[in-house]
Amino acid sequence: MIALLTLIAGAAGGLALGLVARPRRRATRRTSVEQPSATRQILLPFTGTTLSRRALDAAMRLAKVEGATLMPAFLATVPLHQSLESPLPKQCTIGMPLLEAIEQRAVREGVPVDARVERGRSYRHALSRLLEREQFDRVILSAADDPRSGLSGDDLLWAIDHADAEVMILRPAPQDTRVVSAGGLAGHF
Amino acid sequence: MVPERGHYKIFLGMAAGVGKTYRMLQEGHAELENGRDVVIGLLETHGRAETAGLAEGLELVPRRRVEYREQQLQEMDLPAILRRRPEVCLVDELAHTNVPGVEHDKRYEDIEALLAAGVDVVSTVNVQHLESLNDRVAELTGVTVRETIPDGVLGRADEIVLIDVSPEALLDRLRAGKVYPAARIDAALNNFFRIENLAALRETALRQVAEEVEAKRIVTEHVGTRNELLSETAPQAVGERLMALVEPYPGAQRLVRRAWRSAQRLGSQLDVLWIQRPGQRLTVEQESSLAALRTLTSVLGANLLIEESDMLADTVARVATERGTTYILLGRSREPRGLARLRPPLPQQLMRRLPGVDVRIVADRALRHEPTP
Repeated sequence: MIALLTLIAGAAGGLALGLVARPRRRATRRTSVEQPSATRQILLPFTGTTLSRRALDAAMRLAKVEGATLMPAFLATVPLHQSLESPLPKQCTIGMPLLEAIEQRAVREGVPVDARVERGRSYRHALSRLLEREQFDRVILSAADDPRSGLSGDDLLWAIDHADAEVMILRPAPQDTRVVSAGGLAGHF
Repeated sequence: MVPERGHYKIFLGMAAGVGKTYRMLQEGHAELENGRDVVIGLLETHGRAETAGLAEGLELVPRRRVEYREQQLQEMDLPAILRRRPEVCLVDELAHTNVPGVEHDKRYEDIEALLAAGVDVVSTVNVQHLESLNDRVAELTGVTVRETIPDGVLGRADEIVLIDVSPEALLDRLRAGKVYPAARIDAALNNFFRIENLAALRETALRQVAEEVEAKRIVTEHVGTRNELLSETAPQAVGERLMALVEPYPGAQRLVRRAWRSAQRLGSQLDVLWIQRPGQRLTVEQESSLAALRTLTSVLGANLLIEESDMLADTVARVATERGTTYILLGRSREPRGLARLRPPLPQQLMRRLPGVDVRIVADRALRHEPTP
């Protein structure tokens, strides 16, 4: 009988505590809504056979801190005489091993990864299609030293103006020679 | 009785003057010395004394005269060769276009008639005559070749022998008057016979032969092994055909990429199959993953197939049979729950239902333990 009474008293006490605590939790939740929403998807577009190691490191660091998904995206260009939906196996032989290398590295570091591929008449067009199709919270772009490779300075400015996301442009540094390439793949791809 | 098709050997070169005709005639002499009945069906010496000299001792079937637009032209006499019925016939320049009015439009069609009659044929062609390479050769050299042959002509050959000389050696031969008469040398050197053209053509010829060898190797391996194991109901695939089993989640892309690389190495088609449960509603994440899979398969040139069924193994087996799949790739399955634990794992079910089809479980390479030094 005593045990039964103790149980009932305990349950009532717990319920009372719960009722008291609930508004506090609500208050906490309200506070968090007022803060900027957590970044969930970080887009990391690339175009060639290599990707700046600095850009990947930055993207991984941010993804870890923010609990975000890293979305490496290979941008491919389609010549004008081909349909925009044409297969691009030749360019894929360059892009797919690099996507694999990025994904392997992200998985090893415990960063969720969800890759993308996009086509366009130019790299900017491909990026624009990708941004139209999906929502990203942050876009990390690497300014290349070589103006002939990848996204040009104009493309980067365009991204700042048009991306409905926070755009982060990493300047090339003279000592920044490290790159991620398909050579770093674990095993046979 | 239909005679057995003759043996077809082609000497392939990068340009005129590499020595294809010379090698063809040497081959003729070797066959003659082995006691076989050899004739020359068609020979183009281009005025080269060495070539004409080597033709001595080999029986030549005279060309026939064909009248075309009030002109008397000469063509290979196919009916005369067929009547003569040699064991081996040498036919130069298989890309040649015949004068209208003879049996076939093209000389390679005449050769097909000889092969069908059981005659072994030795022939010659330059790489720029291949239809698929025509644009590339024009781009490389600025010269558009009008007499082209379908690539399948090379594919039907039993042997392709590349006659290779360095561009420098060929230019030396040209300057020495061994390729063209003196009056044509300067024009040739200034146009087609430039060292950069010859280097590009040489690379094209080498690649072409390498691809032919690769294609033949794959077909030979396939015919010799896998077909014996394929179930009788399965369509007999010409080559390998791969199928990757996916679900719409981010990791599926990795599986598709790996499957695509394997398909590339095998020179085969790739199908990507997702079996959707009837009435299954996709979450926003799954919708997004499915859209990404659609784009990825489209860019890679693979086929994304979606089937609705709750009989996973049966449906995969049906689709694989319909598509002539020879190779199935799948990722690691989730731990089974409930009654599903009583069923054998999916790979085993597939192996039982699809005898002769390879089943490969694709691992996540990122999780691989590197060997300790």
